Amino acid sequence: MSLNRLLPLAALLAATAAWANEPAADRQKELVHLVRQDCGSCHGMTLQGGLGPPLLPAALRDKSAEGLAATIYYGRPGTPMPPWKRFMSEAEAQWIVDKLMSEFPQ
Amino acid sequence: MKLILTLFLAALLSACAGPQLRGTGDLGLVIERASGHVTLVNTSTRQPYARIAGLGDLSHASAVYSRDGRYAFIFGRDGGLTKIDLLEGRIVKRVIQAGNAIGGSISQDGRIVVAQNYTPGGIKAFDAETLELLAEVPAEYAPGQFSKVVGLADSPGNKFVYALFDGGEIWVSDFSNPRQPTTQRYPAGKQPYDGLVTPDGRYFLAGLFGEDGVAMLDLWQPEKGARKILENYGRGEEKLPVFKMPHLRGWSVAQGKAYLPAIGRHEVLVVDVATWKEVGRIPVRGQPVFVMARPDGRQVWVNFAFPDNGKMDVIDTLAGKVVHAFAPGKGILHMEFTPRGENIWLSARDDHKVLIYDTASFTRLGEIAAESPSGIFFTSRAARIGF
Repeated sequence: MSLNRLLPLAALLAATAAWANEPAADRQKELVHLVRQDCGSCHGMTLQGGLGPPLLPAALRDKSAEGLAATIYYGRPGTPMPPWKRFMSEAEAQWIVDKLMSEFPQ
Repeated sequence: MKLILTLFLAALLSACAGPQLRGTGDLGLVIERASGHVTLVNTSTRQPYARIAGLGDLSHASAVYSRDGRYAFIFGRDGGLTKIDLLEGRIVKRVIQAGNAIGGSISQDGRIVVAQNYTPGGIKAFDAETLELLAEVPAEYAPGQFSKVVGLADSPGNKFVYALFDGGEIWVSDFSNPRQPTTQRYPAGKQPYDGLVTPDGRYFLAGLFGEDGVAMLDLWQPEKGARKILENYGRGEEKLPVFKMPHLRGWSVAQGKAYLPAIGRHEVLVVDVATWKEVGRIPVRGQPVFVMARPDGRQVWVNFAFPDNGKMDVIDTLAGKVVHAFAPGKGILHMEFTPRGENIWLSARDDHKVLIYDTASFTRLGEIAAESPSGIFFTSRAARIGF
């Protein structure tokens, strides 16, 4: 099998994996609302930071996506960051991080 | 100018010939956090009368009033400081004074407006008339280290008291000479998250997030330093997660007691303000955010952090317990009593409404449409110390 024929398959697999992790449209809306309004009470509604640090792509660029998802899911002891695991799955925390690191929806 | 005023008052007071004079004692404003608007309201008619656009990012915005109750100074999250004329229903002046701000205060004599900032950490003083910068006090608690500033409150003698979240200190800046403030520093405790001045202007309390307790500074005898009250109220028990920081202000004091939100516990802590000893704890249905006494002190209304932010509990201070528990709407972010407390206005962020209740019967009297409403501020704050 030539590389030319493998590439589309790899792309298809990657797309399928991303699609499988993507929350449903309604749930995405809820998560965006949660981040903007409730995370926003410390990080700012525009995510530019407040008592908590900014969550804009530039501020997160050098951080590990897994570490950020763990911070959302488990919180960060010793700081005011609480664990959000009661309100979302790990995959949803990862989705939030992906969106924060690229461009967070309005 | 006169024409605008005439038109505006004509609209406000229905058809009448010529300009009408008017006080501002029953006026106020509602912050619409998502869209950079404020809606101006009348607490006698329980209706909005004007809406002003162009105030920037108003998440966590707050307002203070000039001593004549005509002008509001609004502090936005994006560092915007906007002066609004409540009678003409317009912006008088707007400046961007910092990168990231969290509120402000006005001096005893009404001449100095001070903003407290996260970035760059510190406070800045402005001429209330012109919004010209007078002075700034960077919150540099150690060489090169700047703290976020919280809990800023005015106190008598044109002083401002505030706490340093990262620095763990209470600072008192004296603006008797507005261009050359002098500052005293007092160690307070771990991570002060907000502060209040008691209604008599004597005590400053800073709630601590990083430890169980509240730091208290007697502003009549500051040389004695800050001391801890309510120390170890958690008694080593595991804390519940806090999904939103509580807010403190002088409204927590009622009938000789202060009603304060516990951190990581679903309780309101009650302290005797003569002895500063804990005298009770009242279980409530969530992490309290605002614990606000009705002006007569008979009731204390409590709203909650996510995910309980649709609920409200009302404490009767004579009975010492919750006597009314209800769920008025989605995302109850803030509340404000009418000047003598017969009504309370609640902002229901996710319902896009401000709800008006009778505080004696708990019946709903009306509602006002508003886009993601958050803070509600009435002009009665103009005459109160610490507001």
